[in-house]
Amino acid sequence: MALISLTGIDKFYGTYHALRGIDLDIAEGEFFSLLGPSGCGKTTLLRTIAGFEHPENGVLTIDGQNMKGVGPNRRPTNLVFQNYAIFPHLTVAENVGFGLRRSPLSRADKTKAVAEALAMAGLDGYGPRAAHALSGGQRQRVALARALILKPKVLLLDEPLSALDRKLREQMQTELRRLQRQVGITFILVTHDQEEALIMSDRIAVMFDGRIAQLDTPEGLYLRPNSRAVGEFIGLMNLLPGMLRPEDGRLLADIPGLGAIPLPPDLVAHGAAPGPATFGLRPESLSLMSPGGALPTGQFVDGTVTERTYYGDMTYYEVALDGAPDPVTCSMKNLVSRPVLERGARTRLAWEPGALILFPDG
Amino acid sequence: MKGAGLRVYTALYLVFLYLPIVLLPIFAFNDSTVIAFPLGGFTTGWFAELAAVEALHAAVLTSVKIAVITALVSTLLGICAARAAARYRFPGKSGILGLIMLPLVLPEIIVAVSLLVVFLQIGLPLSALTVILGHVLICTPFAIAILNPAFQSLDVSLEEAAVDLGETAWGTFRLIVLPLVMPGVISSLLIAFTISMDEFIIAFFLSGSDATLPVYLWGQFRFPQRLPVVMALGSILVLLSVLLLVLAELARRRGARRRGALDTGGFL
Ligand SMILES: Nc1ncnc2c1ncn2[C@@H]1O[C@H](COP(=O)(O)OP(=O)(O)OP(=O)(O)O)[C@@H](O)[C@H]1O
Ligand SMILES: [Mg+2]
Repeated sequence: MALISLTGIDKFYGTYHALRGIDLDIAEGEFFSLLGPSGCGKTTLLRTIAGFEHPENGVLTIDGQNMKGVGPNRRPTNLVFQNYAIFPHLTVAENVGFGLRRSPLSRADKTKAVAEALAMAGLDGYGPRAAHALSGGQRQRVALARALILKPKVLLLDEPLSALDRKLREQMQTELRRLQRQVGITFILVTHDQEEALIMSDRIAVMFDGRIAQLDTPEGLYLRPNSRAVGEFIGLMNLLPGMLRPEDGRLLADIPGLGAIPLPPDLVAHGAAPGPATFGLRPESLSLMSPGGALPTGQFVDGTVTERTYYGDMTYYEVALDGAPDPVTCSMKNLVSRPVLERGARTRLAWEPGALILFPDG
Repeated sequence: MKGAGLRVYTALYLVFLYLPIVLLPIFAFNDSTVIAFPLGGFTTGWFAELAAVEALHAAVLTSVKIAVITALVSTLLGICAARAAARYRFPGKSGILGLIMLPLVLPEIIVAVSLLVVFLQIGLPLSALTVILGHVLICTPFAIAILNPAFQSLDVSLEEAAVDLGETAWGTFRLIVLPLVMPGVISSLLIAFTISMDEFIIAFFLSGSDATLPVYLWGQFRFPQRLPVVMALGSILVLLSVLLLVLAELARRRGARRRGALDTGGFL
């Protein structure tokens, strides 16, 4: 049974419909992410679970209990705020121990619990420090320790890493994931960073405009986006307009620039129908072949390099395919043995029909 | 020299501001009933006389009692109003707040006379209580004006975090909100206390037989020979005011340092 279950949740701010019929089940011990662009309702959904927002319609249960009328202080959830909300007039230890004020533990046990929480968050010895004098990364750790000391069933995190610089953010991503495995608590993470969601989550809900557009594993979202919007939001995606037409009793994908090929079997199963369609192809599914190199399997097309962006480990090329209306992007790992192509170079691209993603038009 | 004019202006301004106050202790120790130069000999006699006047003691006591209660009540009302203004949206909010702030700009004599009429109509006898009511009326706008910024700058997520960690609404207010707005509360208490202490017009109309210090002093001016005693009293009051202000500022700085806030002026 799901630990958290939302059914038909609607939330209005005045006349603005912020959450539109959210249905969601989150399992115990899951690392779950809410991903979406700014203003799509991620924070609203998180605060609804925490008990700070009250939905107009729908049912929210946590651990089988209906949460209607249950205040944030009586829910088995704890929230790490986007700005961390560290109490500035208290010490680090007082901040971390705040949630234990009402617990029946003895003073000695409380002190021990605080020390353990500090150690778990990598804050050994910081207890007596004044909380207002901490760095961003340390504040984040205090907020985590403070929320986890109560051993909640669910830890809610609202963009906890967005205020950190890139290096620290990557370090904290790994650490958060490790922490989640260690404590085994359900984590629900709000983020607008698709890379972060892919790296950390067991499952991701992609939200647009107050709705869940797709709910899937990171691989599922990346390889099988169910709409153009999701496909474009996650990773880079070449969108190629084309046609599906029947021939000899099977469907043929006719894509200008790539040619006409039989539709791969799993796309047929997807319920494809004849007519105009948009095809998606990830940049890494297209590979540049150096002249005279060994022929890989798959299909080939010729084109001209129009743009090249060097990223150190990778190079991204924009290639105008012969006969295609728009250029495609393809990414290549930079190897010592592989020459980097310049703009204007003629090249041949290999691609695999199995990597095609089909977005029915309309 | 650049800025010389400005420097002279500043010096003159300070002399104008503080000379009368410096004169107070000079005449308080002057051995003559005439308040004029040249000075006579040195005496502490006026202070001794001060200690002997019963009516004066009663007036001081009344004033302190009124000022303490006024400070507490108007600060409490100020906390409620500032909190409501910062946190809640309700119909007619700005209108209501405007009405509360009105006594700030109304001529005090109008307020005093209106209150007198009201109290006489409802048959409330004039006493310290009626003065307190009047003083709360004029001090509350000051309390709100002081407390409003403190509550406005308080981050809502701090309160939400406390509730999220299991605190009740009251616990959150006591443990998080109150400590963080404490400098504002202390300022408000001090300002209200000071305003009430030296308020004359309302006290004059509403005090009945419970004369406050300013009302008592006003009565003493009819007897020129008592003036040096008034000077002695004034010296003590100035000393106490300075002491109070220094204490308040120390408390404020300690609070600011503990929260690591930038020290942005304050009183001194
Ligand atoms: N208290 C509120 N009153 C009115 N509208 C609100 C309120 N809170 C949020 N909204 C609106 O609801 C929508 C969703 O807000 P929400 O904060 O959930 O977005 P978000 O997905 O978290 O965005 P971001 O990534 O920018 O934080 C936004 O359009 C916002 O303007
Ligand atoms: Mg948000």
